[in-house]
Amino acid sequence: MLLLGFLAITALAVIHLRDLFAVVMLFGIYSFLTASLFVTLDAVDVAFTEAVVGAGISTFLMLCTLALTARREKAKPARTLIPLLVVVITGATLVYGTLDMPDFSDPSAPVHTHVTPRYIEATEREIGMPNLVTAVLASYRGYDTLGELTVILTAGIGVLVLLGYRKRGEKR
Amino acid sequence: MGHFNYWIVIYLMMAGFYIMIVQGNLVKKIVGLNIFQASIFIMFISMGKVEDGTAPILVEGTTYYSSPLPHVLILTAIVVGVATTALALALVVRINEAHRSVEEDEIHEQDKSF
Repeated sequence: MLLLGFLAITALAVIHLRDLFAVVMLFGIYSFLTASLFVTLDAVDVAFTEAVVGAGISTFLMLCTLALTARREKAKPARTLIPLLVVVITGATLVYGTLDMPDFSDPSAPVHTHVTPRYIEATEREIGMPNLVTAVLASYRGYDTLGELTVILTAGIGVLVLLGYRKRGEKR
Repeated sequence: MGHFNYWIVIYLMMAGFYIMIVQGNLVKKIVGLNIFQASIFIMFISMGKVEDGTAPILVEGTTYYSSPLPHVLILTAIVVGVATTALALALVVRINEAHRSVEEDEIHEQDKSF
């Protein structure tokens, strides 16, 4: 609960701050808070991935971008009424949607009664690995993880094409 | 109170959405996108949580485990998210080279004067 409160404050601060360096640092804090929240929600694997990838790599990439572009944000936004209205309406619709959802950590929720018991019961026998997340990630959903690698490769090629072009142009 | 954390998630999601709509600075837009993304991760992970459960690592003497399936889904999503962030930031650097600005309205002005 406390962590969720901290997250809410951090998000507000990101909206109000104009110094981009502070914004990026706050984003790092936000990612770390998310990672701590994942530990309290029993998602340890996700927590360390978020800490490394979200707080580490993303923040680093954003800092690199700041070094190459502008450090401060310029003009203050002129019209905020319509965006605020859109956001409030969307949020209200989503809150209305949550009313049909099962309560938080309810053992009789469909998530815990439908497919999950099968994985919890059969993984030991079928894969022989105590960590269920790893078993699902690398074995049951192995092709999915392979597809994920394709996505990273594509993004990597994209970044190289976008940024490598300039260096060749400079040599000429 | 059973939906309290979902409502906070929606608040965070809308904060990210608001940053994406209102802010003219491209780097800040990407920060907003990431906040949006992280809030959705929190939503999925909190769905997987079960009362009195532990982390989904099989140990003797435990019967309740949080669902591992949302965890797997979100692990993949985090990595894909950082890939898209990297690509977006590379685009921002290129835009900055071409227009000498990362502010949306200035870029629009330059496009009009072409």
